[in-house]
Amino acid sequence: MTPALREFAYWMTRYRHNWRSSAVISILNPILFLLGLGLGLGTLVDATGHAPVPGSSYLAFVAPGVLAASAMQTAFLELSYPVYRALRMGRSYRIAAGTPLEPGQIFAGHLLYVMFRLVTTSATFLLAMAVLGATHSVGSLWTVPAAVLTGLAFATPAAAMAITVQRGATLQLVFRFVIFPLYMLSGTFFAVSRLPLWLRDIAYASPLWQGVDLCRTLSLGTATTTGTLTHIGYLGALTIAGTATAWYCYRRQLHA
Amino acid sequence: MAALAFINRNLLVYRHTWGILVASVVEPLLYLLSIGVGVGQLVGTLPGLHGVSYPEYVAPALLATAAMNAAVNETTFSAYTRLHEENVYAAILRTPSTTADLAIGEIGWGAARGALSGAGFLAVMAALGLVRTPVALLAVPAAALIGASFGALGLLTMTFLRNWHDFQMIQLFMLPMFLFSATFYPITVYPPAIQIVVRALPLYPSIDLLRGVTLDDIGAPIGYALAYLVVVGGIAWLLAARRLRALLVR
Repeated sequence: MTPALREFAYWMTRYRHNWRSSAVISILNPILFLLGLGLGLGTLVDATGHAPVPGSSYLAFVAPGVLAASAMQTAFLELSYPVYRALRMGRSYRIAAGTPLEPGQIFAGHLLYVMFRLVTTSATFLLAMAVLGATHSVGSLWTVPAAVLTGLAFATPAAAMAITVQRGATLQLVFRFVIFPLYMLSGTFFAVSRLPLWLRDIAYASPLWQGVDLCRTLSLGTATTTGTLTHIGYLGALTIAGTATAWYCYRRQLHA
Repeated sequence: MAALAFINRNLLVYRHTWGILVASVVEPLLYLLSIGVGVGQLVGTLPGLHGVSYPEYVAPALLATAAMNAAVNETTFSAYTRLHEENVYAAILRTPSTTADLAIGEIGWGAARGALSGAGFLAVMAALGLVRTPVALLAVPAAALIGASFGALGLLTMTFLRNWHDFQMIQLFMLPMFLFSATFYPITVYPPAIQIVVRALPLYPSIDLLRGVTLDDIGAPIGYALAYLVVVGGIAWLLAARRLRALLVR
């Protein structure tokens, strides 16, 4: 077994014990948003004929947005506090670092586990979308890799930050004042094009908007080559930069 | 009075974690901007509500939710920590205070937190031009009542929690209640059977109460809302006090 897979196996073992409680926030939470806002609020939006995308229901518009936003949330929650605790509280990282595992391999194994979580939660959500009639075609399947990429763009910088911060409260502040505002304001629930100009430019810069628009255009079948490549390039660059930073920070914290 | 001393103690602790107070206003503000203003552009005017804009309709519901969340967080997460981890209760019971004082103190603190978050969010609403009448100031005592009622329900729930995993169950109840209690759209969207369930949940009358107060539309629903919150909160308070006594005094 390659060394990184041992770290992956460790997180999978933990997951087998606590998957029920983590399912509440990573799977049930977004599905409730889909029902409450997509279906419920959608009845009001569709009735007035102000559909954000002509020809599609509000539910079909909002669902891929929630998919991308909850991939971000899952990625952050799975790779911030757990990394912090693995370094400073339960200290499983310190123990792993005492074995032949390299810091980079510890990071890779943990990231692999988060990818597993992103794939399974996104696929479950897509299934819920299909059941509610919020998918357009087989092309909607592409939203799963798109959501995973969105998650990774947030997971990798989150890991670099979580292994560096001195206090867990810092992560809580980041969640409340960065992640949650992004969730609400990156075009998840309404089209960014309706914002005032200066806010629109800020929203376009948000990595979550890139992910939301990527998932949405793929799901609605309105994706353009330029748009899709731009989104993938932006999110990919962020993932690579985050990985490099995390790699460096893990080495500094664990081999110091 | 012992309960007041307890509230004062919690207030002193808050000098170190005031960021949570800010967050309890920022969170509903984000919902207001995203759903109220953002999606509101798609909704237009609501059926059956003459001259009320969508942000005006959503804002009081978010105020009620802010008061609820503030109080419930206090009497579940924080109270659980005080009971099981910091052993604050055990320490307090060595003084002349009783478990009845503890229950009143926790619920009073829930009311105070509800009023604080409610007042903070009311100020935000006023700044955004979503308050029409000075009567809206009644939202602060209303938020205190919601805080007390939910604080009592939270405290009662807290006495049954066995470990941190059980907190997921609270989430499992609170999030759907928030999303489905006619927060973002009129209850008439639902079929009659579901309407009955929604009306029975404690957030629904809380939202009704605040809509009545801030939209200057005090009518029949407020009587029901007030009675509901007083009766349900009162019963929860008595039960919670009994449970605390059973847990702490053997």
